[in-house]
Amino acid sequence: MQLSTKHLLGIRDLQASDIQTILDTATQFKEVLQRPIKKVPTLRDVTIVNLFYENSTRTRISFELAEKRLSADTVNFTASGSSVSKGESLLDTVNNILSMKVDMVVMRHGASGAPHFLAKHIPAAIINAGDGINEHPTQALLDAFSIREKLGSLAGKKVAIIGDIMHSRVALSNIYLLKKMGAEVMVAGPPTLIPVHITEAFGIPVEYNLRKALEWCDVANVLRIQLERQNQVLFSSLREYSLAYGINRKLLDGLSKEIVIMHPGPINRGVELDSDAADSRQSIILQQVENGVAVRMAVLYLLAGKATNL
Amino acid sequence: MTEKELGITIQRLSHQLLENHLHYDNLVIIGIQPRGIFFSNRIVEQINRQISPQKIKYGKLDNTFYRDDVRQGLHTLNQTDIPFSVENKTVILVDDVLYTGRTIRASMDALLAFGRPAKVELCILIDRRFSREFPIQADFVGRSIDTIITQKVKVLWQERDGTEEVVLL
Repeated sequence: MQLSTKHLLGIRDLQASDIQTILDTATQFKEVLQRPIKKVPTLRDVTIVNLFYENSTRTRISFELAEKRLSADTVNFTASGSSVSKGESLLDTVNNILSMKVDMVVMRHGASGAPHFLAKHIPAAIINAGDGINEHPTQALLDAFSIREKLGSLAGKKVAIIGDIMHSRVALSNIYLLKKMGAEVMVAGPPTLIPVHITEAFGIPVEYNLRKALEWCDVANVLRIQLERQNQVLFSSLREYSLAYGINRKLLDGLSKEIVIMHPGPINRGVELDSDAADSRQSIILQQVENGVAVRMAVLYLLAGKATNL
Repeated sequence: MTEKELGITIQRLSHQLLENHLHYDNLVIIGIQPRGIFFSNRIVEQINRQISPQKIKYGKLDNTFYRDDVRQGLHTLNQTDIPFSVENKTVILVDDVLYTGRTIRASMDALLAFGRPAKVELCILIDRRFSREFPIQADFVGRSIDTIITQKVKVLWQERDGTEEVVLL
């Protein structure tokens, strides 16, 4: 039971069997989290640095908890507020890490490809916690775990990813993963937020009408408008967006079946998702967060075996 | 051991367990994954038959995370299912073969993550005597045998291997 890669840089490089292994392992770790003592000594001799160049609450706490529950030693780096350019600064980072003899690096960075760059220069195992608008593999894994938990399996399930597809690394990782695991994917949102050639690139349908997308799908994965990543005006106002693409109770009740609502967080309540939808029985948003720790524990556990910086 | 001998030994062990714990309300049986489960299923079945209509509390424990060789090669994870508290209970750990004792050491550590048992005892089908690497002993033994390192004890069960016997290879 091994992964085919040394790093987790993206779902793009993972095989379906790796994904299956991670999800099955995560099931066992979820059981550990129900125990009175939610800790196992498995990564007792491993040092992990959390290198976060972008703001994060959810992912960072989730990774830190996962590491601590595996009894690993954690070191936290945050570079909030500074715009780190690719190239020289990352090399400085590399040298710092090397001198601390860490075994694994969990990295979130604003530049796409940053973890791939790092992976070429240091011997430690790298886990991508989100790079620019490229990928966010652990988010896709926990989304898949949550869908599997709620609906039993991934194959044949219809998942609509809704919102700011263009700037979303969550969308891209999800598209890769769902396709590898045999699910059907559709992207929906305003035309300005969906890359023009996405259908040709991935073979997935695009839907500009929200209601139609919700009618089609079993699961709606709702994305946040990535205001911090947009430097041009891509829609007229948040109110306009929510009128056309916001999901609320009324819309959900008008569908022919009950669909599952997901959101990677943080939610812009009233914009892409109203509270009466986000807090409803159909929403598995909080379960996603809970599953995030189990999935990250599984990834750390499976990669630690290959992290021999000893 | 043939199928018949295996059946008799399992019956004897289940009687022994009950005899030593007449107040079985506080007794809990925990089978060790992956191979102790087949053995513990049978023990529990026998015990339940005798105390029917009551049932003995039964759980399954996977000790992979607590192994001392946990990252020297990834081991398949099996399900841990202990749907009750072990606090203040007498726990009987059940496994098929006792060899070096490392599995039981790991299982005891895994068990402590679920609470503080009043007592832990060990029930083993085959005790490979004199091969211990840790100071661990079984309280209830099916059969004690002398083996050397190059030999292997294989316990075969109907559900998994199609036949029911114990062989020495």
